[in-house]
Amino acid sequence: MSTTEATVGELHEYALIESKSPGRLAWERFRRDRVAVVASFVVLFFVGIALFAPLVCKALGINPLTLDRKALNDFGLPNGPFGAMSRKHLLGVEPGTGRDILARLIYGARISLFVGFVSTLLTTVIGVVLGIVAGYRRGKIDAVISRFTDLTLAFPSLLLIIALTRPFTQRLESLGVPEGNPARLTYIILVLSLFGWVYVARIVRGQTLALREREFVEAARASGAGHWHMVFKELLPNIWAPIIVIVSLSLPGYVAVESTLSFLGVGLLPPDASWGVMLGDSVKYYRADPTYLFVPGVALIVLVLAFNVMGDGIRDALDPKSDRQQLG
Amino acid sequence: MSAKVGTPLFYSPLSYLRIALITFIARRLLFALVLLAAVSLFTYLLFALLPTDPAALTCGKNCKPELIEANRVRLGYDKPIHEQYFQFVKGIFTGRTYGTGDIAFTCPAPSLGYSFNQHECVSSLIGKTFPVTAFLSLGAFILWMLLGVGTGTLAALHRGKWQDRLTSVITSIGVSLPTFYVGLLVLFSVVIWLQWLPFPHYASPSENLHDFLTAMILPWITLAVLSAASYTRITRNGVLEAMNEDFVRFGVAKGLKNRTVIRKYVLRAALIPIVTIAGLDFAALLGGAIVTESVFSLPGMGRLAIRSVTDSDLPVLVGTTLVAAVFIVMANTIVDIIYGILDPRVRLK
Repeated sequence: MSTTEATVGELHEYALIESKSPGRLAWERFRRDRVAVVASFVVLFFVGIALFAPLVCKALGINPLTLDRKALNDFGLPNGPFGAMSRKHLLGVEPGTGRDILARLIYGARISLFVGFVSTLLTTVIGVVLGIVAGYRRGKIDAVISRFTDLTLAFPSLLLIIALTRPFTQRLESLGVPEGNPARLTYIILVLSLFGWVYVARIVRGQTLALREREFVEAARASGAGHWHMVFKELLPNIWAPIIVIVSLSLPGYVAVESTLSFLGVGLLPPDASWGVMLGDSVKYYRADPTYLFVPGVALIVLVLAFNVMGDGIRDALDPKSDRQQLG
Repeated sequence: MSAKVGTPLFYSPLSYLRIALITFIARRLLFALVLLAAVSLFTYLLFALLPTDPAALTCGKNCKPELIEANRVRLGYDKPIHEQYFQFVKGIFTGRTYGTGDIAFTCPAPSLGYSFNQHECVSSLIGKTFPVTAFLSLGAFILWMLLGVGTGTLAALHRGKWQDRLTSVITSIGVSLPTFYVGLLVLFSVVIWLQWLPFPHYASPSENLHDFLTAMILPWITLAVLSAASYTRITRNGVLEAMNEDFVRFGVAKGLKNRTVIRKYVLRAALIPIVTIAGLDFAALLGGAIVTESVFSLPGMGRLAIRSVTDSDLPVLVGTTLVAAVFIVMANTIVDIIYGILDPRVRLK
């Protein structure tokens, strides 16, 4: 009968609606947020360019290391308006060397994003592990970790990072890290992680403490679940949301911090360049070649902004209350 | 009666609370002191164990070895490290005299060491540069609080309308931008391209108020606008949350004017978390606004610290790191104590 079929169909539809997992709901909320979707495409675009930098540069016929003296005038400045933008050099050339800015930007994205990704990964892993352990075990272990957090927070991190650059890169080099930029990159990532995990650990610890008292965790404990099960099956799945948000918001933060470090002189050595190095360089030519000041800056702003907007979108999507708030 | 004289037989609940509060505050202060001791020890060891020889840095490249050795003894670098640290800590409380006889010189308490690069006691160097940093931080702080709380409240009251959307876009950009880049853009556009202001040349306000203001206005605005972005967000969320509270509804139901409800009830509730974060941010700035001071060439503590890095001026580096740490720990402790007073549950931890 058609009526029963319709009822079955309706039932089926209901069942579909009911069966949506929180992750699925969040994904649907995220998809409705058009600004956040655009931002994530921008992020993907940058990541793609960074991953395939050699291919992209080949396709565009540019090379980050080629010195083009012809694009420079007698003073070593770009020969032409807007930093000598031309069909050959879409974003102009670097003053002094005549290297193609677009190519350097594309290769620079690799380094900037690499620093961002690895630092975020390290801080998140360290922060989540220590935060969960502190919140779950409490007692003495919690006290030790928390006091360590307080100690780390008490240091003026930026100053220490700058002050320790030279001795610590030398130490890294003597430990076998290749000299020059690899050692500098390793140092930057290590210190950013050293000072960065604290913020993650604090949030995760707080979340764990709150979760610990919830009924389902107590139920698992009462049924004799081991530590391993408690952490991976009960606690972790419930703090993914804040962790994802931290990740998406701290990554652009690290990209920006790296650029600040480069500006303050703790950057990479030429010919390699991150966006921060390019920004720091361009400052020297602010009067003669203002275009150079804007190009890496705009790229950095767009990337960091896209990550932030995407992060906000994820946070709104993961917050079950956000739907209700829109009504109210 | 067996109870001793002077011991009350029972404490009123109120005095129990008071005792709990006092022990809480005492514990927090003690912890702050321990933390500072740990920070000072760690900083001192970290820099002392660096491969640079502080005595060799006391005079130029063509220095005679005898002079280096003499300076090593004079500054106490010949002693074992724990003794050096002890002397350093003692100097903070009692001052310190270097050398003997005619060539002796004294850094009065609180002494943080002596900079051979600048031929001055570290504490007096910090004393000279700190006012600049303090003026910078204070001005920026007032501006960003007004701006952040103002726009945040505005956005919350016009939630979902264009005012809200606009602030959300602007704050997204604001929190994304690195300070040094915005600072440079502001400096270049206002001073060099538009020539609205002369190149900043810092003077203390008592000396030359005009120079002081022209040097400060751009860094104030830059710092304020960038920091205000995150405060706008926090304020907006705080106000929205507070507007759902019962006491706010009660105020409306009582027939109070909207303006009064917002000022007296909503903002008061929303401001508590903001004040906390503001205290910590302000303290971090006081410890040296490294980036802002570098961009706008302000002779503050942040620049002093950065210069000490390039000059390998270890005593200054240790001193500035410590002073910055003192501010951070102090702010943290004050915020904790205020929280403990406001919210009794915190004390029980």
